[in-house]
Amino acid sequence: MQLIVNIVVLAAIYALIACGYVLIYRVSRVLNLAHGELMMLGAYLLLTTASAFSGNAFFAIVAAIVLSLLVGVLIYVFLMRKMAGEMVLAAVLTTVALGVLLRGLMILIWSAQQQYPGQALALPNPALVLPGGGRISLFAAAIVAAAVLSYGGLFLFLQFGRWGVRMRAAGQNPLLAAQRGINLHAVYALAWALSTLTGALAGMLIALDSGLTSSMAVIGLKAFPAALVGGLDSLLGALLGALIVGAAEVLSIQYIDPLLSDVVPFLVLIAALIVRPWGLLGTREELDRV
Amino acid sequence: MFRNAPRASGYFRTGYAQDLALIQTRFEGAALAALALALALFPFLVGAFYLDLACQVFLASIGALSLMLLTGYAGQISLGHAGLLAAGAFTVGILFREVGASFWITLPAAALVGAVLGVIFGLPSLRLRGLYLAVSTLALYFIVVYLGGEYESTRGFSTGIMIDAPRVGGFALRNPRAWYFVLLAAAAGTLLICANLLRSRTGRAWRAIRAHETVAEALGIGIAGYKLLAFVISSALASLAGALFAYYRGFVSVEAFSLFLSIQYVAMIIVGGMGSLLGALLGALFVTLLPYLIEALLMRLPNAQSYAGALFAIDFSAFGVVMILFLVFEPLGLVGIWRRLQTYFLLWPFKYRPVAGGRR
Repeated sequence: MQLIVNIVVLAAIYALIACGYVLIYRVSRVLNLAHGELMMLGAYLLLTTASAFSGNAFFAIVAAIVLSLLVGVLIYVFLMRKMAGEMVLAAVLTTVALGVLLRGLMILIWSAQQQYPGQALALPNPALVLPGGGRISLFAAAIVAAAVLSYGGLFLFLQFGRWGVRMRAAGQNPLLAAQRGINLHAVYALAWALSTLTGALAGMLIALDSGLTSSMAVIGLKAFPAALVGGLDSLLGALLGALIVGAAEVLSIQYIDPLLSDVVPFLVLIAALIVRPWGLLGTREELDRV
Repeated sequence: MFRNAPRASGYFRTGYAQDLALIQTRFEGAALAALALALALFPFLVGAFYLDLACQVFLASIGALSLMLLTGYAGQISLGHAGLLAAGAFTVGILFREVGASFWITLPAAALVGAVLGVIFGLPSLRLRGLYLAVSTLALYFIVVYLGGEYESTRGFSTGIMIDAPRVGGFALRNPRAWYFVLLAAAAGTLLICANLLRSRTGRAWRAIRAHETVAEALGIGIAGYKLLAFVISSALASLAGALFAYYRGFVSVEAFSLFLSIQYVAMIIVGGMGSLLGALLGALFVTLLPYLIEALLMRLPNAQSYAGALFAIDFSAFGVVMILFLVFEPLGLVGIWRRLQTYFLLWPFKYRPVAGGRR
């Protein structure tokens, strides 16, 4: 039972992060390798807003969410917009550089020590006992809830929302979309904002659950295989991929070797690349486009 | 084809042999000789600190040149370069610790391990392109580093593996000056290997693959073979660089081969300029010296000591900024700036070349 709870929590973490990769990739064909750092930035923003609002949890979290949306838009407007029309790879390397820059700045501003935003907000993190005997901490449950809500919300938004349809259109064919009067820059900026938002949400909840260190970005990178296994342009696929990667990681920690936890996602990734590079639910033509 | 630097004087190449020659004009020969003399005198003029810097630059140059072959010429992206360096270093460490192997055995072994890993890193390239290939090399990097860490922890070297100085002909290689010349020779040898590969059939095939894979295949170039060859040669060279690094430091540990190192090598070829060996050298020089430059600048500021703790973070940020600036504003890198400068003086007082001749 505990095993299943662990798998679900880890899968929820990966899913919440992976949808950020998928959103940006689906809309603009750019792989955002700074996503782990953006996620960490969200957690640090929460730390700052926590002290700014002197521990009022609700306002602090709302303020951090608004700030992370803003960060996403700013990154697009000031950096990624310049890479429009460049080779895809140059854009990807720009995100790598952005990640390095963000990491340096974060250490510079918030220091590399372990910090606990949960304590700053005076939020307790009790363990809940589930029916069936599994235990789950409050914020781990919140992560699962956030993942479910985010995916539900994103699905509805992309399916029925005005801007959601525009985003899908821009992803399918930017030229035609632009000709139909869709503001591509606004759509891309929106994708970056949403992606940063979900990533930052994951970062905040993980930090609330288990503290915040400068090595958190690795979790973001480990979530990438989840996005790819499911198919880089499919939200549902990311959910599925997160479950597969999460299950593989938890099971191998349990039954093989705890040290494996850092490699398992990448082993899964390589297996996926060999067998089905476009992912479980991805579009096959993707491979020829890159 | 081999070099397309603009020529001011009436030097025109009239045959393929001239086109392929390593040294094309007397001025180039003289400049090269002057550079060789300067490099030979350098260790006798400066202190230990600068000697160490030079050695680091040479080591980085080998790695950067090998990545340039793969990415800049063959067009295959690798984000796992640090994994190959780690493989070389760990081959040395493991062989030295387990069987006490000497310099003459460990270096070829490292190259061999690199070549085998090159095949493994390269296999995905037969099926994947661009982004997906980069990701697969990234995944392989994590696996190589995991294996290294696993060896360290199971054999009880959790802080790292110590390696004795290599013994060449009876005396141990410890003197920094001796190391300087060894690494200089290694870097020069790598440069020569790369230059020779690039002016031969192999180099032309790589460039064709980079330019357009389908067309290259239609021309009768065996894509799979040449791609794998690029990976094998590049990986073997990188692995050798890792092995030399291990001997130079006398110490091997996975911490030295973080993902950041991979990013640094990619940054070297971007900052230097894609598709140019000179670019790889300039990039290696620039990226290696950047942190020291920043430190020197910071120490000139008032109350310098207060920044000392944050130096690492400042390096990180500055590195990110430099990489972004080059990617956004100067995608052709330092070599691009150099070429533009040359062209500017060549064409002066005009701004552009006549259109009829096309570019270059």
